[in-house]
Amino acid sequence: MGSKTSFDFDSNIDTALNDGQLRKNLRNAMDILVEKRRAIFPDSDQLQQLRAAGNAIKRRALKKLPQLLEQLEAKCTANGIHVHWAEDTSQANHIILEIMRRHEASAVVKGKSMVSEEMHLNRFLEAHGLEGVETDLGEFIIQLNHETPSHIIVPAIHKNKDEVAAIFHEKLTGTPYTEDVEELTAIARRTLRERFADAKVGLSGVNFAIAETGTLLLVENEGNGRMCTTVPDVHVAVMGLEKVVEKLSDVPPLLRLLTGSATGQLITTYINMISSPRKADEKDGPKEVHLVILDNGRSSILADPQLRQTLLCIRCGTCLNHCPVYVRIGGHAYGHVYPGPIGKILTPQMEGLEKAGVLATASSLCGACGEVCPVKIPIPDLIRRLRYESYDQEAAAVVDGGGYKKNFAETMVWKGWELANRSPLLNELGTRVAGAMGNHLPKVGPLKQWTSVRTAPRIARKSLHQRLRDEGVNHE
Amino acid sequence: MNSQLSNQTARQRILARLHASGTEQTDVPDAPLPSEISLAGDAKIERLAALMSAIRAEVYIVESDSWQDKLKQLARKRGWKRVLYGPQGPIGPEIESAWPADADDLPKLVAYTQPVESFKSELFQNIDVGITSTRGGVAETGAIALWPTPAEPRLLSLVPPVHVAVLDADTIYNSMTEMMAAERWTDGMPTNALFISGPSKTADIEFTLVFGVHGPKELIVLIRN
Repeated sequence: MGSKTSFDFDSNIDTALNDGQLRKNLRNAMDILVEKRRAIFPDSDQLQQLRAAGNAIKRRALKKLPQLLEQLEAKCTANGIHVHWAEDTSQANHIILEIMRRHEASAVVKGKSMVSEEMHLNRFLEAHGLEGVETDLGEFIIQLNHETPSHIIVPAIHKNKDEVAAIFHEKLTGTPYTEDVEELTAIARRTLRERFADAKVGLSGVNFAIAETGTLLLVENEGNGRMCTTVPDVHVAVMGLEKVVEKLSDVPPLLRLLTGSATGQLITTYINMISSPRKADEKDGPKEVHLVILDNGRSSILADPQLRQTLLCIRCGTCLNHCPVYVRIGGHAYGHVYPGPIGKILTPQMEGLEKAGVLATASSLCGACGEVCPVKIPIPDLIRRLRYESYDQEAAAVVDGGGYKKNFAETMVWKGWELANRSPLLNELGTRVAGAMGNHLPKVGPLKQWTSVRTAPRIARKSLHQRLRDEGVNHE
Repeated sequence: MNSQLSNQTARQRILARLHASGTEQTDVPDAPLPSEISLAGDAKIERLAALMSAIRAEVYIVESDSWQDKLKQLARKRGWKRVLYGPQGPIGPEIESAWPADADDLPKLVAYTQPVESFKSELFQNIDVGITSTRGGVAETGAIALWPTPAEPRLLSLVPPVHVAVLDADTIYNSMTEMMAAERWTDGMPTNALFISGPSKTADIEFTLVFGVHGPKELIVLIRN
């Protein structure tokens, strides 16, 4: 059925499904990630206990969210970090623009940050004659090729090394063609070291912001995040407002869940905790640190007791890796910043159902995402909730664009269904007609579409009621 | 200033929405954490060494009073030319005393004592190795903890292609949680605190593991026991 979306999801899916290379790259990658996660959590009871603890920590943080954000602000400010609040992405972008202009910076070196993707910061900076330089290897590759990330954790996972080789050869002047991954990595190292040394402003995301101490915690393997937050004169961190946790002691279990779920690691190479700018006698580190706290619809999501569970997410990406839909179509097909199961519930709530509700239909409701989620977000339940909201069958719709799918024909069909199931006479008549004619319905319209990839069920000639009566069972 | 005004407005409006959301009325049951490991001294060293070695860190257990011998041995064998250190740091004097002025087969010691602004090109282009002390280690996950100081600045463990970290065996804790609590980290966090588990690495191209993408290509941990 034609839905009013700003992107053509169906056609994206078709394109992705018919791209053999993409499907092969994804299948290999996701199998590896799934296996690595399984290996790092060998004890299922312990994992369940850890997930329950992670869920409780994040729920406690959401319960206290307004106080924790104020406490974070107070602590950071006392530590010398400038705190900014942004209601939407445009405000957040302008805060960064103003900081860059004040420091006469023409470029910002960026660590990996999904919030900056959500802000479309690079595009915004470009429009103002400034440059956002991605420095995470995966992000660097796709930025060279003018693409966006296709995965939250491994942004260039849709590319194989031949494709990367071609991109480097073509886009980096003077680079010979090589498919050697070590050599490709060395090329990126050389290119980006110059950018780190020259940059006046560095940008990062935030994995956890600790209210108790006013600390911004970043998780990474490459070291580019440390570069971006240490070498330039100014460090700007951007975070969604749900990233705050209450205590430092909340962090270790969440880290264990995050790195285990994301990449199957016990710990990443670097856990980088930043609590202040360079102090008077220190030799390096940024002289200014800014924290931008972004809402962009999150406070509205918080208003619904069920839907607010979306904000428990720690962005590990494991729901993508385990999703039978994501594995087949990849991240770009979803047409939005956050792909996969988490994107299916987050994006429609941020953008409204009319624009993005179709994402919630791309699920077989197999339940894998809910089973693996390290903080126990009931993703399948939330997908069903959004589908329900799309039809607004009760007046309780809370998401923007609720009921956008409601239509006369479907409403009438359900009314008829209700009637037939309330009236024994109609029910009897209905099952008789279905038994006699159900298998001979002409395959047109929705039925034709539905049966194009499915076998239609055979309808029994006699209803169960009829058969019981024939066999003399007295059901009274 | 206009932007300050809009920042205040944004802040007030966001906080008002959060308060109005009803989230503060949620009931959140406590959930106990899984029990943590509890190892004896030697077992902690072994676990840390095994886990860090598995992700390509080089770990050597050395005598407390002659650890510099291992450092000099590595320096000669690998042909390091210029080694960066912090003279005022906890291990600065020990390094200096082990470095005879006339030994031309040893690398030159370079002191990180000036602000990075006047030292950046030297740091990025002419240093082979950075040596730091550590605050402690974590056996559970295999990691060292660093709190960079004015005497041992942040970039010492990041920019040089090789990072040598000196770790005292009796500062190895079972877990991150234990370390943070025992040392009362919440009393005052430093400008920057780090856990490091190995050399810089990436697997962004076809999951092929490559070391030294942005930070050190080698991490050498000398455990003084």
